[in-house]
Amino acid sequence: MTSPLTNSVVYPATYHVTKAAFLTDATICIGCKACEVACKEWNEVPDDGMIWSGFSYDNTQALGASTWRHVMFLEQPAAAGPQQVDMENPFRWIFLSDVCKHCGNAGCLEACPTGAIVRTDVGSVLVQSDVCNGCGYCVVSCPFGVVDKRHPDGRAFKCTFCYDRQSAGMIPACAKACPTQSIRFGELEELREAGVARVAELQSRGYADARVYDPQETSVGGTHAMFVILGQPEAYNLPPAPEVPTIYLKSAWMSALISALVLAAIVCAAFLF
Amino acid sequence: MAATDNPGAPSRPKASEERLDAIRNEASATGKVVTGAGRAHANAPIPGAEDYYNLPVLKPPTWTWEVPLYFFVGGIAGVSAVIAFVGHLFHAEPRMVRVALWIPFVGAGLCPALLISDLGRPLRFLNMLRVFKWRSAMSMGSWILSGFGGFAFLALATNELILYGIQSPFLPPLRWLGEFGGALTGLLLASYTGVLIGATAIPVWHENRRLLPAHFLTSGLGGSSAILELFGFLVPATQILGFAAASVETVMGALLEVRKRPIDAPLHHGRSGWTLRIGGVLEGPTALWVRVFWGSLPTGRFAAAICFLLGALLSRYGWIWAGRASAHDPQALFQLQRKK
Repeated sequence: MTSPLTNSVVYPATYHVTKAAFLTDATICIGCKACEVACKEWNEVPDDGMIWSGFSYDNTQALGASTWRHVMFLEQPAAAGPQQVDMENPFRWIFLSDVCKHCGNAGCLEACPTGAIVRTDVGSVLVQSDVCNGCGYCVVSCPFGVVDKRHPDGRAFKCTFCYDRQSAGMIPACAKACPTQSIRFGELEELREAGVARVAELQSRGYADARVYDPQETSVGGTHAMFVILGQPEAYNLPPAPEVPTIYLKSAWMSALISALVLAAIVCAAFLF
Repeated sequence: MAATDNPGAPSRPKASEERLDAIRNEASATGKVVTGAGRAHANAPIPGAEDYYNLPVLKPPTWTWEVPLYFFVGGIAGVSAVIAFVGHLFHAEPRMVRVALWIPFVGAGLCPALLISDLGRPLRFLNMLRVFKWRSAMSMGSWILSGFGGFAFLALATNELILYGIQSPFLPPLRWLGEFGGALTGLLLASYTGVLIGATAIPVWHENRRLLPAHFLTSGLGGSSAILELFGFLVPATQILGFAAASVETVMGALLEVRKRPIDAPLHHGRSGWTLRIGGVLEGPTALWVRVFWGSLPTGRFAAAICFLLGALLSRYGWIWAGRASAHDPQALFQLQRKK
């Protein structure tokens, strides 16, 4: 529910959802990186390097085995919505906290040969660290480039959707820490509607290129982490049409089958002559 | 700076601030890249709406040198089991069938060792057999390799016992079972690796998913017959197989070279492109020409066999490196996905 006094979402003291979801809003984010810090602290995620990237204030650069929230800093030569001044040099600065998408059809989950990656009761995708043997197949199967192998640990890690906190009725650490509620946590269907409503509101206020990023029309089948963004998804390193790699299996196996038959025939012919 | 104007101001951490000033000055003086990552320039135009600092969208494969070597060894072992079974069926030289059974056995020992040493947690390798997943090529591969190992051992052991002179009515049918099972799982072992990398999110791999299993099988065929030739079996069968494999590889190499899709850039340029090109030329046209002109001489056949083996090995590494390059190219990915 929303507080009438502060216009903020008020979460119940203990909050259990049936289908967990994030709605991360680039138009509200202030780039404070509290989500990154809260995630690292709660999940005891190790340091993964300190460098000056030269890319605005983004020294994190990408999600990875030890980065489960990543705040992006976009500097674009475009007008920020209803901006009217200094239109010869339009400029906007956008922030967005990226996270594992917890896909409806998750490439990592399908690829995992050990059963370490599972779908939880709230619909999130979880890597069970006590099962993962670090084969690395999920890494190349994620269409969003989220999950990665941690060195020197050897296993694959990614956002857990704070499954431990959710089990205890708490909201994920990043959503809890977000001072502007740019990261909202809640029921998937409710947040889907909230995203659409937010985009409609933004467009009515002059942000013509506001949109929801939630690839429902591709084989990924929608995500549990949705984003409200301005402009093209590519600018946020979000693939415009991500596909779950299992859609390639049929044609690849068919090719394997046909070539195997041809090969067997060639070997037979070679010994008959 | 303002801090020097006001002696009462709190002092800043001097070393890092000075370094930052040095970087800023260098950047404004040269307009060049200041740090290693990405390609953003200080004083350069701010990034456009088309990409995010050209940083990769995907994660590159984490596989180390063992995995392409496994593709190579697995392909040879798998097709060698096919040669052993068919050779036995059509009354080939028993000595050759024996060697063709030893290759899968040695391969079935090497392959798991290579794969286990690539794992992040090698002691958990048995977790691979916790589940059976049709939709994971890696899971299918684990089961294929396990089955192949069993059949390869059965075929080799029964064949050796029979050659040793042990008479038992159980041995011949068991040997046939081992050889047939080995041939069947061998075909899968030599081809599934193409499916394994074809069914991933890496664009250059999944856009070549139909070519990869055929290419890997052909390399396995030429490789196993090349090893048999190197063992001295310069029979017509290995000559025919060598010709067939080199011809098919020549056609595939030409196809790759002619087809200029933007997504195939890692197959043409850079380390992966040149590895694939050199590998392709070695296992395709070079092996073919050597066989055509000097195929009647033992030396010529040895040379063709070595060319093919070297080319097949190189092209395995080339394909894995191409995947890495492809994962690092966000523009090609965006272009591919926008088209769809």
